[in-house]
Amino acid sequence: MKVTIKVNGNPVAAEVADRTLLVHFVREVANLTATNVGCDSTSCGACTVLLDGRSVKSCTVLAAQADGCEVTTVEGLADGSGEMHPVQTAFHAEHGLQCGFCTPGMVMAAVSLLDENPSPTEEEVRTALEGNLCRCTGYHNIVRAVLAAAPATSERRSA
Amino acid sequence: MIPAPFTYKRAFSIDEALDLAARDGEDAKFLAGGHSLLPLMKLRLAVPEVLIDIGRLGELRYVREQDGHIAVGAATSHDELARSGLLLRELPLLAHAASQVGDPQVRHRGTIGGSLVHADPAADLPAVALALDATLVARGPSGSREIAAGEFFQSLFETALEPDELLTEIRFPRPDSPASWAFQKFTKRAIDWAIVGVAVQDGNVALVNMGQTPLRAAAVEQALAAGASPRDAAAHAAEGTSPSTDINGDARYRQHLARVLVGRALEESRSRA
Repeated sequence: MKVTIKVNGNPVAAEVADRTLLVHFVREVANLTATNVGCDSTSCGACTVLLDGRSVKSCTVLAAQADGCEVTTVEGLADGSGEMHPVQTAFHAEHGLQCGFCTPGMVMAAVSLLDENPSPTEEEVRTALEGNLCRCTGYHNIVRAVLAAAPATSERRSA
Repeated sequence: MIPAPFTYKRAFSIDEALDLAARDGEDAKFLAGGHSLLPLMKLRLAVPEVLIDIGRLGELRYVREQDGHIAVGAATSHDELARSGLLLRELPLLAHAASQVGDPQVRHRGTIGGSLVHADPAADLPAVALALDATLVARGPSGSREIAAGEFFQSLFETALEPDELLTEIRFPRPDSPASWAFQKFTKRAIDWAIVGVAVQDGNVALVNMGQTPLRAAAVEQALAAGASPRDAAAHAAEGTSPSTDINGDARYRQHLARVLVGRALEESRSRA
C-alpha cells in the first residue's frame, strides 16, 4: 500500500508491503538508521521513536498504522542549526551510554517522559524507562542524564 | 521478524469495520493498538489474512458517565485510562491497573478492548474487568449485545465474541466504595506479565494467571462475606484454581503466591477504604 509518513518533518512516501513494520520503514525507506532493532519483540525499547509526539516501540507498529502521522527519530531532535536537544547534551555530559546501542531508543523514551512529566523525581525516571533495556548496565548515568536534562528541556519547549 | 503476508484495510467507522469483517469472516482480525496481535503474528502464532484497522476510530475512544455507570470505549489506550480524571476519582482500580500494564510505550498504543479480546489469563485488565463486574458490549451484523465479564472469558485466548463481532464498549457499574480497591502483581522484571496478580474491589476478588481464564476467587469472597479476616479469607485463594507450570514457577508456587498476594490486596483495600 502507499504510505506517507512525515519523518523528522520531511514527508516520506513509498509503496510498501502491508506487513512492513514502522522500524523498517524508518531504517530502509527513510534511510534513517540510528533507530535500532534490538529484541524485535516489544521488550527492549531500542526501536523507540515518537509517533505523533508519544513514545512507541516501532517494531510493534505497522507502517500502515502510521500513515499520515508524524514520526520523530533521534536524528530529528537537534534544532535547525544542529544544536543538540538537551536530552542528547545531558547523555553526553553525564556519560549516559557505553556501547550506545540502546541510546537512540533511551533518548526518545526520555524525551517522551519529559514531555509528559517536565520535572520527574529519580524514581519516576526509573519507572518511566522500564521499557528500555541497557545491557551495559549503564542505568545510573542514564537516570542522572534525564534528571539533568529536565530544566533545559522545559525551557526549550517554552522558548 | 515480520508477520506473514496479509491485506491491511482501514475502517473509518464502526459500521465500515463490521462490513469489512462480514466480508472476510474468520480470515480477518480487528487491529487497534496491535500490542497483543502483532507480536503473535510476528511469531506466526496468528496468521490472519486480513487486518481491519480500527485504531483511528474516535467513536471507540472515550471514558464517560452514562446512565449511572462508567462507559469506556474499546479503543481507549491504557495511557488514557491511567490519566482519566473520571476513572481516578470514580474507578481508581481501573486507572491504576492500566498504569501498570507493560511500559510507557506499550501503554501509548495498547487498548483496553484489545487486552480483553486477546483474553490472555496473564494479562491485567481481564481480571480487573471481572473484579469490577463489567459488562462488555459487542456489535455485530444484527446489532449490539451485552456480555457479562464472567461469561466473556471462555478459555485460553477464547472469548464469547463471534468472528463478525466487534467489542465496542466496556461498562462498569459504580462500586459501592470506589476507594476500597487494590491491585497486586508479582513479576520478575518490571515489564513482565504477572506470574500471579490479584484485583480487589469491595468484596470482589479476581485472579490473574491462575488458570485458563481470569478467575474470581469465589471461596475468598464467600469467606469475606461471612465475616472472615483478610488473612483467613486469603487462605482460600488457591481453591478452584488450576494454574500452569512454566519457566516462571510451578503450579504450587503460583498457588502460594495467590494466597500471599490476596492477603496483601485485602489488607491494602481495607486500609484505603
